[in-house]
Amino acid sequence: MADSKSAGGGFYGNLGKIYGGYAGGFIVFTLILAVLEQMGVPNKIIGYAFVVLTIGVYAYIGILSRTMDLSEYYVAGRKVPALYNGMATGADWMSAASFISMAGGIYLGGFNALGYVLGWTGGYVLVAILLAPYLRKFGQFTVPDFLGTRYEGNGARLCGVVVLFCASFTYIVAQCFGIGIITSRFLGIPFEVAIFVGLLGILVCSMLGGMRAVTWTQVAQYIILIIAYLVPVVWLSTKLYGIPIPELTYGRALDQIAQFEEKLGIVKHFTDAFTDAKGQFSWTEFNNFWALVLCLMIGTASLPHVLMRYFTTPSVREARTSVAWSIFFIFLLYFTAPAYASFAKLEVYQNVIGHPIASLPAWVQNWSQVGGLLTIKDANGDGIVQLSEFVINQDIVVLSMPEIAGLPFVVSGLVAAGGLAAALSTADGLLLAIANALSHDVYYKMVDPKASAGRRLIVARTLLIVVALIAAAVASTRPSGIIQMVAWAFSLAAAGLFAPLVLGIWWKRTTKIGAITGMISGFAVCLFYLVMTRYAPDTFKEMFGTNLWFGIRNISSALFGLPVAFVVTYVVSLMTPEPSQEMQDFVDSIRTPKGLVTAGG
Amino acid sequence: MAEKRDAAHMQRYWTKTSTLMWTIFALWIVFSFVIPLFAVQLNTFRFLGFPLGFYMAAQGCLVGFVVLCVWNAIAQNKIDEEFGVQED
Repeated sequence: MADSKSAGGGFYGNLGKIYGGYAGGFIVFTLILAVLEQMGVPNKIIGYAFVVLTIGVYAYIGILSRTMDLSEYYVAGRKVPALYNGMATGADWMSAASFISMAGGIYLGGFNALGYVLGWTGGYVLVAILLAPYLRKFGQFTVPDFLGTRYEGNGARLCGVVVLFCASFTYIVAQCFGIGIITSRFLGIPFEVAIFVGLLGILVCSMLGGMRAVTWTQVAQYIILIIAYLVPVVWLSTKLYGIPIPELTYGRALDQIAQFEEKLGIVKHFTDAFTDAKGQFSWTEFNNFWALVLCLMIGTASLPHVLMRYFTTPSVREARTSVAWSIFFIFLLYFTAPAYASFAKLEVYQNVIGHPIASLPAWVQNWSQVGGLLTIKDANGDGIVQLSEFVINQDIVVLSMPEIAGLPFVVSGLVAAGGLAAALSTADGLLLAIANALSHDVYYKMVDPKASAGRRLIVARTLLIVVALIAAAVASTRPSGIIQMVAWAFSLAAAGLFAPLVLGIWWKRTTKIGAITGMISGFAVCLFYLVMTRYAPDTFKEMFGTNLWFGIRNISSALFGLPVAFVVTYVVSLMTPEPSQEMQDFVDSIRTPKGLVTAGG
Repeated sequence: MAEKRDAAHMQRYWTKTSTLMWTIFALWIVFSFVIPLFAVQLNTFRFLGFPLGFYMAAQGCLVGFVVLCVWNAIAQNKIDEEFGVQED
């Protein structure tokens, strides 16, 4: 494959056949395991087969796509067709948070958690209209490259790298956490060890082939993750209501949940909007809802590992089409997630609550062993599971639902493989974004501009390993839940990068000093709020006399950083001299698909 | 290149592009904030067996986002061709 790629034609001409055959192969593999399970092969072996085989396939693609060419390593040679870039973006985008935790969040939070569903899809509209085509036209290697060119120099470039590093690193720790949960559960090894085992799967792929390997692995990972997410939901929809389209049938599940809520005396209804724990309408919930939606959407349009995917298409036109494909592929999972959550809720109410503890199957035991994420305590000693005695962490709802619903274990293995694909693909993209920024923007552009191509690639790969190891080490300390860590990453990126990127393209008057001060102040406010409310709440309360500003939780910290970034950029830009004519011509040249990009200032 | 004619030509190109951007941006606000924030009121209606407010936040607005992105790609590509600035 590596040869046919560089020869051109062969690989690109047959993409449909190659990935079609691959998807078919994966389905056959799953069916064979299903048959083996019926013949009595133990669950443990099926779990192993899914985890080991899929990681093996990713490693194989990674090795085939190894490269020593700079353009191949950084932007996959800019040859990725829109459809496949859409799939790769889908996998890059949908992480452990979307796959493993989001439906769990909806399971626990009901309507209020739909902010994640909205926030993680709608941002693509902003990517499409404000950024992707223009960044593609600019046509360099990284997002800080754009900042360094538009804002003339290494000051803006360095600010960009710092924000990129903070956001992507927080994000990648969350992915390592997810990888740890899955490998620990399905390989039966301790969580802390499992993280590092999973890490190997990330490294083989991104290290050898850079963007090229990551792209083609992500396409493969998308196919697995979407099959894995849809199968259990479609299965349950068919089992419960006889129609294999969960998006149409889970309205009935919602009705049944409402009946159970009445029976069990639950006051916070699943479908009620903006309610607090007592089931009353709450302005705090209302404000947190739109704040989260806003931060996640703006964060989408600021996260470098997503934006850099649009550097890999052959043209501006393809970049636009590719955003449309991306959101379509992402949409397939997101509009299924609430169905997943509803079915899980219904199954728990039907199969667990009110049943004798002794009659619960082995999955309870198995999941209780994974880092205390599931507990059943018989508080009143009656031997029956009461609602308050069943505590499930949002990070394992999706993974354990097939077992709770009594589906064959092969479905659990499939879901695990999907979750792993989601976490690995995002981790790959993030690692690459960090390592590229450090090797290209810091090392090559700032430290040693005379470095040879070979040397730059060695630096990139070394940094990749170092960052991966640190991320895994941090994750093994279990700093927080997956979805919170990921939301922080979005806020950090939004506060630091959105204003300079968008204004840089859409407002010619934005000056170098304006952009730099805007980035620093916006990012600082966001980081301050996040860190203080999370790690020093007492000091924060002393300083401001309140726990949270306007009751806004720190997952939406960018709500305060964003306006600061825009206002400071605007005011300071107007106070400093207008950008040079060359710079204005440069902006014109990236606004127009045709023609060359001029040199800038 | 005829630079003089180009300046006015490109100005019109950018005005048209900006108009498309603002139109889609406005609809983005509707799907992201206006509709979801009226969920309490919408939930009193039912649609396909769902409370409408829940349905819109879980599915309806998402369909809207996909349509907006597809529309943007098609419309902007048309504008590029109309002004002859598409890539060769």
